[in-house]
Amino acid sequence: MSTAVVTVNRGVFRGLNLRQKTLLMIGLTSLLLLTIVVSSVSLGEESLQTDFSSKNLSPSTEHPFGTDWMGRDMFIRTVKGLGLSIMIGAFASTISTILAVILGLLSSAGKTADSFVSWIVDLFLSIPHLLLIILISIGMGGGATGVIIGVAFSHWTGLTRVVRVEIKQIKTQEYIHISRNLGKSRWWIATKHIFPHLIPQILLGTILMFPHAILHEASVTFLGFGLSPHEPAIGIILSESMKYLSAGYWWLAFFPGLSLLIVVLAFDMIGDNLGKLIDPKKAHE
Amino acid sequence: MCLKGENISFGYKRNNLILNNVNISVDRGEVLGLIGDSGSGKSTLCKILAGYENNHKGNVIIDGKKVPSKGYNPVQLVFQHPEKAVNPKWKMKDILNEGHIVPQDILDSFGIKKSWLNRWPNELSGGELQRFALARSLSPETKFLIADEITTMVDAITQAQIWNIVLDIVKELNIGVLVVSHEKNLINKLCDNVVYLDAINSVN
Amino acid sequence: MRSKAKICTEENKKTEALLKVKDLSLSFIQYASGLRQTELKVISDLSIEAYSGKILAVVGSSGSGKSLLAHAILGILPSNAILNGRIEYDGKELTQEKKEEIRGKEIALVPQSTTYLDPLMRVSNQVIGCVEKENEGLMKKVQREIFQKYDLKPNVERMFPHELSGGMTRRVLVSTAVISSAKLVIADEPTPGLDEKTLNETLNYFKDMANKGCAVIIITHDIEAALKISDKIAVFYAGTVLEVANVEDFKNNGENLRHPYTRALWNALPQNKFQAIKGHQPMQDEVTDGCIFYERCSKKNVLCSKGIPQFKDVNGGVVRCNNVS
Repeated sequence: MSTAVVTVNRGVFRGLNLRQKTLLMIGLTSLLLLTIVVSSVSLGEESLQTDFSSKNLSPSTEHPFGTDWMGRDMFIRTVKGLGLSIMIGAFASTISTILAVILGLLSSAGKTADSFVSWIVDLFLSIPHLLLIILISIGMGGGATGVIIGVAFSHWTGLTRVVRVEIKQIKTQEYIHISRNLGKSRWWIATKHIFPHLIPQILLGTILMFPHAILHEASVTFLGFGLSPHEPAIGIILSESMKYLSAGYWWLAFFPGLSLLIVVLAFDMIGDNLGKLIDPKKAHE
Repeated sequence: MCLKGENISFGYKRNNLILNNVNISVDRGEVLGLIGDSGSGKSTLCKILAGYENNHKGNVIIDGKKVPSKGYNPVQLVFQHPEKAVNPKWKMKDILNEGHIVPQDILDSFGIKKSWLNRWPNELSGGELQRFALARSLSPETKFLIADEITTMVDAITQAQIWNIVLDIVKELNIGVLVVSHEKNLINKLCDNVVYLDAINSVN
Repeated sequence: MRSKAKICTEENKKTEALLKVKDLSLSFIQYASGLRQTELKVISDLSIEAYSGKILAVVGSSGSGKSLLAHAILGILPSNAILNGRIEYDGKELTQEKKEEIRGKEIALVPQSTTYLDPLMRVSNQVIGCVEKENEGLMKKVQREIFQKYDLKPNVERMFPHELSGGMTRRVLVSTAVISSAKLVIADEPTPGLDEKTLNETLNYFKDMANKGCAVIIITHDIEAALKISDKIAVFYAGTVLEVANVEDFKNNGENLRHPYTRALWNALPQNKFQAIKGHQPMQDEVTDGCIFYERCSKKNVLCSKGIPQFKDVNGGVVRCNNVS
């Protein structure tokens, strides 16, 4: 008796199967986002020199996104802004995830803890996101720290619920009962049986939180409650451009806005594709 | 030494009891059959005896002492659906050795092949998984085995294979077995004694 | 009857089979480790026939792919399945479009468990299914009659699936098939976990359907239950049918059984010898060149390891074994 496995689809060039396509998609989008972050960090202050001889130029080959009222290249400003947004998003999502996991685990500790967690989730959900972020951000004295903490404290609710429900569902499984009967401690069961099931959910939750975090950061900054006007943030660029739109300088808002949209969509795409890989029902299509 | 359930009552609603004052006792080395209609509370009784369900009235006693709620439970329960009794994210060898390192001779007698140990649970059939579940629960510390319809979902040959092995091991380790099944022929073949659990819940 | 049809006995030669499954193979495309895709064969070269007014039992161990046979006939396989072979219904080929057209009308499935019922829908609505507004009253009446016949009280129709007991669920599932006035009923594992009384009741419902002229296929692992009511038994092993026997063959200690596996199955029953043979069913990714029962067979010879034995007509049944004549 031999174990014969028929290989249907070998190599990259004989047409890609869905899993390969998904991974390729994830790889490419991640590369795009990584490039933005790396280049925004490596571009120094000097690249944004004011040059009044070339102010308010429309898009050209020299300045693909045009220049602003101080003669700064809009493409470089956009890249720097996006990089900043992504980094703030990353910080905020990470803090959010940590909060969500801690609260999710806490909810499985007992009945009182569970109702406390549910109560606090409901409490945070009942306040509109934007309002909450503005309140926290102002309370923390504005700036990057304020925005990060504001976004982090308003985005953990969804993932907390997911983690809580997932734990509840796993805890009723028969193999958990059996493990307990085999003399395993609660801690052992939590780390060996329950936690491995949570990792994909947590990963997916974090990535899908990214676009929200980025958009909220940009909107709060746009409204003037977030990052200071000296920072090269997308929100700042957009709010500045408002003054010049009526003068016909459309590129000041159009390109940065479009880039922001693309970045947000890219994160969404990574999340969706990752979800496809993780979901056992779709995994074999 | 014997496992006793004394005056066990259980219900999800106060006025709708599933079990009402049930008394049951299994000796070590005894193979006791439990028969009852669908919905008579057999599975619930099994769960109570094995400590899975704690919201019941009455006591579960081994040798006059209550079963400790922590540590290895000398009463092990094996169910009808082995695929639910294994963590799908674990390899078979981890599942097998969760409680104790299962000795090679037990693996051989169950016909568990080396190559199965590196597989995932979804790659094995129900009959094969059930062998793992039984090997896992039959450790030297196990004093009683509760077999709740363990061969209901497998074919007759696998059923005969599994029971022949289990009876051998149980005899060797002097384990008491409670066999729950709706199949009278199987119970008659396996058991020393048989008790009936009927809808009004008196064991006789 | 065309010469193609191998599975037939004297009495059935007069009538054409309602459903013919011929050389059916089913495999799934799956991802192996990493990015490679592999094809996993679940059913191979399976042939069965179902006749109006008769009950055919397909007996095999759980997890061996029996349920997928039902899903293949109804056309409800997942998208990564590859189906080969021919299914004929009423003399015409049963294509996917045709399956979708007649399932629930001419072909009905009695599913395995409660999970096939919508938990948020009242029982009566599920039994009746989708009907035109003007027919609703009529269907309601029919449904009440069926419920009465199956000893389901009038208050049951207002219940939700979780309120039903095991036996009641079974009866509700059976009534969904009865109300559709199907010509072919496929029951997927209708018996496990039922006590003797409920079991016999359930089996009688299928007997009734057959008596009314339905062709019934019961897919089960419980050979005893199958013996109680069926006319023919197809023995399913590792993705194919090894033997189609008549119920009478199982009498007299199963001496008339043709295939060594069927005989082993019979001997393993607790009321018989309760004797097990060694080994296990080959796994789905273990491919053999010869007979799939080769490893466990007591009568094997050199021929058996070379090529899968073809179906032979023996004593009014068919068998896939080299050593039977």
